[in-house]
Amino acid sequence: MSILEYNGASIVAMKGKNCVAIAADKRLGIRFQTVSCDFQKIFPMGKKLFIGLPGLATDVQTFANELKFHTNLYNLSESREISPKVFLSMVSNFLYQRRFGPYFIEPVIAGLDPKTDEPFIASTDLIGCPMVTDDFVVAGTCLEQLYGMCETLYKPDMQPDELFECISQSLLNAQDRDAYSGWGGVVYVIEPNKITKRELKARMD
Amino acid sequence: MAVLVDEGYQTHPTVQHRFFPYAQNGGTVVAVAGEDFSVVGCDTRLSEGYSILSRDVSKVRKMTKSGLLGCVGFHGDVLTLTKMLDAKMKQYKHTHGKDMSCEAMAQMLSSTLYYRRFFPYWVYNMVAGIDNNGKGCVFSYDPVGSYERETYRACGSASAIIQPLLDNQLGYKNQSNANPAPLTRDRVRTMVRDIFAAASERDIYTGDEVEISVIDANGIDTQRFPLRSD
Repeated sequence: MSILEYNGASIVAMKGKNCVAIAADKRLGIRFQTVSCDFQKIFPMGKKLFIGLPGLATDVQTFANELKFHTNLYNLSESREISPKVFLSMVSNFLYQRRFGPYFIEPVIAGLDPKTDEPFIASTDLIGCPMVTDDFVVAGTCLEQLYGMCETLYKPDMQPDELFECISQSLLNAQDRDAYSGWGGVVYVIEPNKITKRELKARMD
Repeated sequence: MAVLVDEGYQTHPTVQHRFFPYAQNGGTVVAVAGEDFSVVGCDTRLSEGYSILSRDVSKVRKMTKSGLLGCVGFHGDVLTLTKMLDAKMKQYKHTHGKDMSCEAMAQMLSSTLYYRRFFPYWVYNMVAGIDNNGKGCVFSYDPVGSYERETYRACGSASAIIQPLLDNQLGYKNQSNANPAPLTRDRVRTMVRDIFAAASERDIYTGDEVEISVIDANGIDTQRFPLRSD
């Protein structure tokens, strides 16, 4: 049993027409024992930039704090928002610095470019190998289930409402077939002029 | 004096030879039961590790004129198990003068699997057909014979990819305002085909072709459709 599966999590991000969405479950567990059903796994890193961190819960929080610190520092020294592409490089570098004693997390990044509003989604593995895609990225304990859902439900150029429905159905049905994740969900839809956060009710078993 | 060497620091650790009697040959079966029909889909790839052993192996067998059996897992056990089952089916026919019903076949398969409880057939089975009342039926199994009658099920290497999709599209899970449309043969066949296309994108053990059989009162209609072959 991998340390990545110790606490359980599932995260998915999707690209739409001029918008992106990122969604996560809310469970925190210790193996099969559920500890909390309101655990934060998606963190804001800019006005239109979010990162989802599935993996070992202690590393999720440490790494989120570290990233927030460094993005704040970037904003102050550069006097501008960090772009998703640069942020991906930063995440990748931080993780690779710990190449032989890694943080047990597999980050998912979703955001819009602060200047051009171009949608961007990406993910890395636990030692920072980046992967940028133009449809969807998934990570966590129900990765396989998420791939199955996204592969069939996803279509390019969805509008924000359609994208929300698609990502929510993907997440809910995937996590219902995974014992490690579930217990509610949270979805962020990021558009050029607004960000919508919605909480999903899910089956609680 | 004998010197004990810590295994962890040896440059050439002791090589242990052990016989492992199973292999994993991949493959996926999906079965759906309708009102008066059932549908079985199965890919035709046979693999081991990163190799493809064959692109054209049918893993669905016709057991009776209205009953199919899909088996995936270790192909050696698949062959042995189906040989045993064929013999039992024949024996039943000679004793009772009729084909086994789907329910009887389902129970017989469970007993056959549990008979090998402590050296199991490494096979995931699925029985689909028409039951005694003319209704579509699907039975799914674990390798030691625990079974359940269901309306839809995916088993095999891409089961985790496919099952949540069936929950959503056929079970209408997480859809509060859904009004379920009646299942038709064509709708299920198209759905199974699309599902296999999606599964073959992400699972390397599923691909090449999908063989879809529709079982109803008129018999069994089997069609094949191409999938990714990489």
